[in-house]
Amino acid sequence: MERLPNWADLVLVPLVSLLMAAIIAGVIIKILGESPVAAFKLMASGALGTQEGVGYTLYYATNFIFTGLAVAVAYHAGLFNIGAEGQAYIGGLGTGLVCLWLGESPFWVVLPLAVLAGAVSGAAWAFIPAYLQAKRGSHIVITTIMFNYIASAVLIFLLVDVLRPDGQMDPATANFPEATTLPTLNQIPVFNLFFTSKVPANVTLLIALAAAFGVWALLWRTRLGYSIRAFGKSEDAARYAGINPFKITMIAMLLSGALAGMMAINNVMGEAGRLLQNSASGAGFIGIAVALMGRNHPLGVVLAAILFGFLFQGGAELGMWTKIPIEMRVVVQGLVILFTGALDVMVRMMLTRIFAAFRGSKTAKGAV
Amino acid sequence: MAQGGYAIELRGISKAFGPVQANRDISVAVPKGTIHGIIGENGAGKSTLMSILYGFYRADSGEILINGTPTTIPDSQSAIRAGIGMVFQHFKLVQNFTVLENVILGAEEGAMLARSLSKARKVLGDLSREYELDVDPDAVIEDLSVGHQQRVEILKALYRQADILILDEPTGVLTPAEADHLFRILRGLRDQGKTVILITHKLREIMETTDNVSVMRRGTMVGTVKTAQTSPEELAELMVGRKVLLEVEKAPPTVGRTVLSVENLSVTDEHGVIRLKGVSFDIKAGEILGIAGVAGNGQSELLEALGGIARATGRVTLNGAELPLSGAGADGRSRRAAGIAHVPEDRQHLGLIMDFTAWENVAFGYHDAPEYQKNALFMDNDALRADTARKMERFDVRPPIPSLPAKSFSGGNQQKIVVAREIERHPDLLLIGQPTRGVDIGAIEFIHKQIVALRDAGKAILLVSVELDEIRSLSDRIAVMFDGRIMGFRDPETTDERE
Repeated sequence: MERLPNWADLVLVPLVSLLMAAIIAGVIIKILGESPVAAFKLMASGALGTQEGVGYTLYYATNFIFTGLAVAVAYHAGLFNIGAEGQAYIGGLGTGLVCLWLGESPFWVVLPLAVLAGAVSGAAWAFIPAYLQAKRGSHIVITTIMFNYIASAVLIFLLVDVLRPDGQMDPATANFPEATTLPTLNQIPVFNLFFTSKVPANVTLLIALAAAFGVWALLWRTRLGYSIRAFGKSEDAARYAGINPFKITMIAMLLSGALAGMMAINNVMGEAGRLLQNSASGAGFIGIAVALMGRNHPLGVVLAAILFGFLFQGGAELGMWTKIPIEMRVVVQGLVILFTGALDVMVRMMLTRIFAAFRGSKTAKGAV
Repeated sequence: MAQGGYAIELRGISKAFGPVQANRDISVAVPKGTIHGIIGENGAGKSTLMSILYGFYRADSGEILINGTPTTIPDSQSAIRAGIGMVFQHFKLVQNFTVLENVILGAEEGAMLARSLSKARKVLGDLSREYELDVDPDAVIEDLSVGHQQRVEILKALYRQADILILDEPTGVLTPAEADHLFRILRGLRDQGKTVILITHKLREIMETTDNVSVMRRGTMVGTVKTAQTSPEELAELMVGRKVLLEVEKAPPTVGRTVLSVENLSVTDEHGVIRLKGVSFDIKAGEILGIAGVAGNGQSELLEALGGIARATGRVTLNGAELPLSGAGADGRSRRAAGIAHVPEDRQHLGLIMDFTAWENVAFGYHDAPEYQKNALFMDNDALRADTARKMERFDVRPPIPSLPAKSFSGGNQQKIVVAREIERHPDLLLIGQPTRGVDIGAIEFIHKQIVALRDAGKAILLVSVELDEIRSLSDRIAVMFDGRIMGFRDPETTDERE
């Protein structure tokens, strides 16, 4: 088989895939009676043109980095975690409770505890599916999907019947104390050179980047990461090598759940300032696309998360300023997932052929 | 012999993949109605050449003549039209289809299957009788033995009216009896005027079945000879480019104390079938015990039980200490810690992670070893790479690039990586399964020498192989296994193949 050069595989394939997704999205926008060029311009300026736009893009990207990493870690162990959404909900519960109960404590006490609570709660939510997979062979895809529904139901119950303050109309907790407010990027040195006014992106972005680095170091620099990757590639071979399948399945899923749960710092503690229903707003599912597009590598996940942050924010702008419904952003995301994930092989084959033809004509010229 | 010219003539075929010249100016002529062997080490370019002939690749230059007519073969459809049929090493059959359905797949006539099926049934019956193929057209593929599946592949080719049949390493998956049957079929095909090309790296098959043999080495054709006028030694030398010892040279064993003692070892598989039925034996230091027998008679389970992969019952002691056979401590890691190294039968499935680099594979199973750790937290990947480079040099792994993924190495070099990893630990007991399956002749010689060297260093070795020659030439004692039991012990000097 002829092969693509490495750089083309890593850079050109996703770019061409994106371009094709954009072309089809353009056709759909045209059919809706709007100008595709104007729409893309609006998306770009809305997501990248203003400080506030960039702030939102990075805010969404932060969510997606966590869920993307969550999916990626599980994937390396050969486990498809569809449950990042539910794990993020329950992570939000943990973080939310810490903020409600300990919110008056000094910030440097609350933040680490809130991070920890989010991680532990998310991991706890992944525990049962992980255990069922490791001990009983119940497929993780099925159980994590089921647990998404359970998480959503549990959260609604708690918000309606337990955590809602008396007299409040909407199913949500009370506002967290003032002291829990996270520093936004405009309050953080270096970032404040660009962001001069308040933006939703906050210090969690830095935690997310640190988590990405941590995941990379774990997977490619430690024995545990080695065992996870070996197990993910071949369970039988891992057993030959003396790697304990039960242990690795549990650890990988707990890590995955913890990463998904940590997303709560960004959306619950950082942005909303109280626990709402649907707080994860689909980020858990977008994490699957982000991991897929980022080839399950932390750096790829970060880049893909930023792209999806851009699509999310740009799509919202479209919904706000044009007749194009906001659901268009779901369509665009769908197209991006379709082309970068599912049709990735098609694009690669196409490019391989073009490269081969190009190379062929070069050698032919050389021969003359 | 050649009644009427050449079935296939290749003239000056060259093919490069990037910087690698897989075929260089290859010319060969295959007379009609003969069995023509193509032999060469892994990576010599045999498969590339056949892929060009079957339309998977296009040659960069050169000419193909089929029955004397220059022919271009841009895809496999054209190859089939030109009368070429191919039987791949890995069968391309739909597992839950019947034989009949598989045979017509891709050769259906019209939208409704009934007509094609009844026609195929008749043709298949004729072919089966004519060539001793003996396949039930209504059997479902997954119920058939490997040998029968292979015959279905041959039927597929014949149904498409192939006059030229190419078989790529056909005996790799067959038992000796199945292989004999295959060769009878091939001789029958030849006698009916078909031309057969047999690609293999097993000298014995070439000597037994072919009329002519062409030898390839590193992308070039180094010679074509009449089989009757050559010898295995000469072919081996042509293949490798130097003299090769086909027999293993070893001194009589100096046996020491008992290293491994196995009593009444039994293994029941996940379906509740008893695979190993109360096996008992000892292996002493400085001794190689060979396990002979047709594959599937409990040898794999024996290796897996001793290697800590399969749960077992019975009593096993290593240097006098009892090994746990189930529960905690019955895993590969504890076995390695106890001094047992294991080269598994299926290196691609168990012994290596094919997507991992060579250096990651060198750590496989030993990733906890202190010399591979930088500190309590991190592994020392640099130390691992350096260690891999040393092992590659000592075991002559080619190419000696630690960062290359395992799947990029040839079978022989993959096996050298596994053997290097396990032997270099100086284990008290080495479990080694199919040490040279799919390995080329130069590497076989090398791996055999390493096994003997380990024995001479006073270690105990348990050898499982389906290659009886290998068992006979390496072992100091042979145990014959059948149906999960050891039927008896033999002296290698006096054992013949039927046993």
